[in-house]
Amino acid sequence: MSAPFDLSDDSVVVIVGTGAGGGVLANELAQKGVSVVALEAGGRYLPEDYINDEWESFGQLAWTDARTTSGDWRVARDFPGLPTWIVKAVGGSTVHWAGASLRFQDHEWKAATTYGEVPGANLLDWPIDGAEMAPWYDLAEKKLGVTRTNGWPGLPGNNNFKVLEKGAKALGYTEVSTGRMAIMSHETGDRTMCQQTGFCFQGCKWGAKWSSAYTDIEQGEATGKLEVRTKCHAARILHDDSGKVTGVEYFDETGALQMQAARVVCVAGNSIESPRLLLNSASTMFPDGLANSSGQVGRNYMRHTTGSVYAVFEQPVHMYRGTTMAGIVQDEARHDPARGFVGGYELETLSIGLPFMAAFLDPGGWGREFTSALDGYANMAGLWIVGEDMPQEANRITLSPDVKDQFGLPAPNVHFDDHPNDIAMRNHAYAQGAAIYDAVGAVRTFPTPAYPSTHNLGTNRMSERPEDGVVNRHGQTHDIANLFVSDGSQFTTGAAENPTLTIVALAIRQAEYIRGAMARGEI
Amino acid sequence: MTRSPDFRALTRRQLLTRASAVGASFVAGAGFIAAPDAAWAAETSHLEPSTFATLVQMARDIYPHDRIPDAYYVIAVKGYDSVEAAGRVEAGIAALNEAARGRGHGHYLDIGWERDRVDLLRSIEGSAFFQTVRSGLVTGLYNQKAVWPLFGYEGESFSHGGYIDRGFDDITWL
Repeated sequence: MSAPFDLSDDSVVVIVGTGAGGGVLANELAQKGVSVVALEAGGRYLPEDYINDEWESFGQLAWTDARTTSGDWRVARDFPGLPTWIVKAVGGSTVHWAGASLRFQDHEWKAATTYGEVPGANLLDWPIDGAEMAPWYDLAEKKLGVTRTNGWPGLPGNNNFKVLEKGAKALGYTEVSTGRMAIMSHETGDRTMCQQTGFCFQGCKWGAKWSSAYTDIEQGEATGKLEVRTKCHAARILHDDSGKVTGVEYFDETGALQMQAARVVCVAGNSIESPRLLLNSASTMFPDGLANSSGQVGRNYMRHTTGSVYAVFEQPVHMYRGTTMAGIVQDEARHDPARGFVGGYELETLSIGLPFMAAFLDPGGWGREFTSALDGYANMAGLWIVGEDMPQEANRITLSPDVKDQFGLPAPNVHFDDHPNDIAMRNHAYAQGAAIYDAVGAVRTFPTPAYPSTHNLGTNRMSERPEDGVVNRHGQTHDIANLFVSDGSQFTTGAAENPTLTIVALAIRQAEYIRGAMARGEI
Repeated sequence: MTRSPDFRALTRRQLLTRASAVGASFVAGAGFIAAPDAAWAAETSHLEPSTFATLVQMARDIYPHDRIPDAYYVIAVKGYDSVEAAGRVEAGIAALNEAARGRGHGHYLDIGWERDRVDLLRSIEGSAFFQTVRSGLVTGLYNQKAVWPLFGYEGESFSHGGYIDRGFDDITWL
């Protein structure tokens, strides 16, 4: 059913990336009758292809192109060539995500106003707010099948959740549940109900978890208006003398350089690749990269303040059984500067298998302190910290002066320094996480450092004024009317919530805007 | 902990190559390696048997699990018994033995207490050799499916229909 479009067809919208932003935008536009060519750097893998083995799956799905790191974040020391843990495949990181689908809290749209002056932070209010986004969140929750919305039941709690719940309630926390998850808790015609299989991060073999790979992409293709080109790596966005973008150069599966003409270009390659593409598209007219008159392209890189707490108990937990992230404590998500930091954080259940636990529990660690922890694997419970981190101008994606990728394109360098607010929040969360487990008899607890980043945000941020950011309230670049950003890189601030639901809501909203602007002849 | 720049650059590639290597050559060797004690030492093709035996002990001292038999540590480091790696490993183990002699022991393997061997390893943990062996073990040892049950890890469950009817919420001691 996939529609083939000619390379010279300049009536199409070209979308770079097929994840939560690009994949949803592609389908939404196709449903409205707009012709779309989606360029996907990775291959196409469907539930029957997913591998429930951590390292094998990593080899199948992970984005492992050349990247470098700098800054004082521990990831730069532990995984210097692997700053992120994201996916290179149709569906992008919606193949890998765990399904947590939370709306921003109202105040989080207005971080600068709410938090006031935070030294060293480049805080800015979003030009949109919770009221404006509410109907788009409604549509996103419906699309994803989010539990505890639309009358759908929550998921049942697994062992890992039960430990978290009991400990959290013993501490007096009240907002404890199996959360709002884009994982089917009931049978519908389209998606299988969660079978409590684990391995949510490796792609859901039941298709119970929402991923654009086998929902929006297939629906879009069925309209005959969407062509997805796999293993096509965008290299450069081209423009004409008037400053409008005209197409995208990309390396196809054979490594040959192609050029797809375009009426509109939407960049949705995740917060590392999207600014990288804009920077790699520098020209005589735009020497600092496309859409970069503000100088903000690549800056304000955020990755959430994260970390994990694992705990070993006297008796078995088998935390890896069942839905990985269906468990949440939300009491600390509020903004309460009395805790010593602005913004808040969520605590969510998390488990990884033995192979990844060995790699991530204490990277570089060895000896009996380390191995005795792994000896307690079956008796372990675990949680993940997701907190709002501060945007900082110097935390940024730049083009490496010497490292190139497999196509000869300058590789991205990811620089990140923790802000004092990030550190204060993480330490608070470590203490509360450990207290939760101590309350139910933990023998040992482990404040585990952050993994390579899964939430990558902010590097083409949304702003009211062109001088403060890269895109406007619709994700349209301030500088170039027919160039859009459609992924998490448009986040002005990160909020405490897992970002996918908001990326999807913004994409649905952006599709409506693009169709209207095209109909009005504005683009 | 300090590490050499070489190691930093290699980390990701090492993780990935070790991960795939475990599936291929290491498992293929499992049959004869699981033979009675020391039989494997004679099977090395490129390393001195004593070098390989020292490497196995070093692996166990880095990631000691008393419930994990030697055979799994042997599998984890078998990949170093190759044309490409042998030179570096012989040199690394020679340096380890030299360090042991510097502390009044004949060889690394002559050091009776794990505590004393670990002290020695701590003194060389910044070396490229130590870090190569250690980081290789992260996947070489823990990504062996055969050791998973010894840690109580069950691996994939899809082929069994998940845990929906097999104990995803069976905790009783809370």
